[in-house]
Amino acid sequence: MKKENLYNYILGIADNSLILGQRMGELCGHGPSLETDIACTNISLDLFGQVRSYFQYASKIAGDGRTEDDIAMLRKEREYKNVLLVEQPNTDFAYTLGRQFLFDVYHLAFLKELQKSTDLTLSAIANKCVKEVSYHERFSSDWIKRLGDGTEESKQKMQEAINDLWTYTDELFHQTDADKAMVAEGIGVDVTKLKENYYSDVSQVLEKATLQVPVSKYFQKGGKQGIHTEHLGYLLSDLQYMQRTYPNMEW
Amino acid sequence: MSEEQIRSLERQFDERISRDEKIEPKDWMPEKYRKTHIRQMSQHAHSEIVGMLPEGNWITRAPSLRRKVALLAKVQDEAGHGLYLYSATETLGISRDEMYEQLHTGKAKYSSIFNYPTITWADMGAIGWLVDGAAIINQVPLCNTSYGPYARAMIRVCKEESFHQRQGFEIMMKLANGTPEQKDMAQDALNRWWWPSLMMLGPTDDVSVHTEQSMKWKLKRKSNDDLRQQFIDQTVPQAELIGLTIPDPDLKWNEERGSYDFGEIDWDEFWQVVKGHGPMNKERMKARVGAWERGEWVRDAAMAHAEKKRYRSEKKAV
Amino acid sequence: MSTKNWPLWEIFVRSKNGLEHRHCGSLHAADSDMALENARDVYTRRNEGVSIWVVESKHITASNPENNGELFEPAQDKVYRHPTFYDLPDEVKHM
Repeated sequence: MKKENLYNYILGIADNSLILGQRMGELCGHGPSLETDIACTNISLDLFGQVRSYFQYASKIAGDGRTEDDIAMLRKEREYKNVLLVEQPNTDFAYTLGRQFLFDVYHLAFLKELQKSTDLTLSAIANKCVKEVSYHERFSSDWIKRLGDGTEESKQKMQEAINDLWTYTDELFHQTDADKAMVAEGIGVDVTKLKENYYSDVSQVLEKATLQVPVSKYFQKGGKQGIHTEHLGYLLSDLQYMQRTYPNMEW
Repeated sequence: MSEEQIRSLERQFDERISRDEKIEPKDWMPEKYRKTHIRQMSQHAHSEIVGMLPEGNWITRAPSLRRKVALLAKVQDEAGHGLYLYSATETLGISRDEMYEQLHTGKAKYSSIFNYPTITWADMGAIGWLVDGAAIINQVPLCNTSYGPYARAMIRVCKEESFHQRQGFEIMMKLANGTPEQKDMAQDALNRWWWPSLMMLGPTDDVSVHTEQSMKWKLKRKSNDDLRQQFIDQTVPQAELIGLTIPDPDLKWNEERGSYDFGEIDWDEFWQVVKGHGPMNKERMKARVGAWERGEWVRDAAMAHAEKKRYRSEKKAV
Repeated sequence: MSTKNWPLWEIFVRSKNGLEHRHCGSLHAADSDMALENARDVYTRRNEGVSIWVVESKHITASNPENNGELFEPAQDKVYRHPTFYDLPDEVKHM
């Protein structure tokens, strides 16, 4: 493939939205209130909309007949490049919102940079996504504050979720080979530069939420290289079920 | 109020409705009108949110991204419709939590169709095409019902639902025109959903209890049997168009009536499901109650947080 | 059961600039910020709005239909408030 780095770069971005969208979609019909259920589904819909834009572009770059669905649903587990954070399960609503919040703060900062990409398709996609993700970030931050500064029980649950998910935050700022190549061409975002602001933004919200900012220095990584947690396999078996069971059909 | 006064008020009330005037929340209304509306409207709302479950079952497994977003949006709409209907019912002096309580304890009913399992992808097509099709036939006349908040909620619901049935039919059409395996999947779904969809339009007129009063209050504009006939007459040609067979050997066009004759419905099955012994009744309730209970600490936290915020801003103002 | 349930809010949406906010329904939320967010997610999913007002339902004071006679009927015979009450020659075209 001529533009292999660009292709891999797009997949790295899109897989985060794909896997997080799938996780949020699981909640539809099972939220803590009707209003919250509708809100979470909106986030899922935004993310899948983004995925489609990215994969349609990736499909054009690949130019080998693979469609957006082939790219989304017919890769092997090691070929998904999402960060470990987004594949973590909906253990309870604190984990769901904690995962969303820790990703949203990164996602928003990332998209703001991607808007400046010299690749016009990517910057156009980023322009659209940045509005959606600004809302996600507002929504999840508000909920972190509610649950952190709510009841004793909610504070404890929220703190536990943040502590557990914290270990997956550092990976957001790791650069892959595709990243480095794309940064050099002015197409990609240098994620290492987002790190400092990320932790200060996240800490601000956690403090407002009367939560402790975790101090652990031990972080997990591997998602960007396709080495995932055990959770991803199950998610993929749902995501891929139809395409695997009934190959080469149109739906 | 004396009995005579009440009778006179009731007479005026009925006259208002027959003049096509709308009844609004603060208007005087007979107690029976209030109760009947709470029952029907909450049942309608419950059906929307329980109805999210059979389709929600396939969101993570939808076969393409396009299908996935359409299904997500559709199931989300059902949450919205439940919400509009609960809100409209709340104007009659019952809270959403009380209605949930009635649902969770089995006191309130919801549409029995949602007690059937969704076992293949084609069921998403069959539900959209048949179940939403039958629902629309029931719902469109309600846009003009006598209780204002209900009529307004239904106008919103009907406007938004127009894509649901199309979505379902498109899924079926694609399957019916697909590989033999896909076509079998579509036919199998039609076979399983056809009869429950007919049952969904309610018991036959001779055993239906609420009809006459409901007609007067415009809660119902046509009898169950008429609605069923309308549904069959409009659906059979659609099945033919995509080459699927309605699973009823007695189905045939009656030239004289200008309608289809159809076979006997298994009403024993209908009553079994209504009474709580359908294939999925228990699971559906477990899912609803589970979501509500798991959400309790979240709802409590939000209230506690709101109170803290209010307290702080009041303290600041002093 | 929760001891305290989320209160009810009335939602008003302006569909585009130049038009008034219109009541479109209600929903439950713990506070006004959440009510705004919920209203955005529930009532503007199809691009129905450019501005939202939320008011907690308990703050609305409504007239009582029992008083409709004294409140509204006196206005019915004040025909002189309407332009058609006044006779003008046909030659006066626009007034």
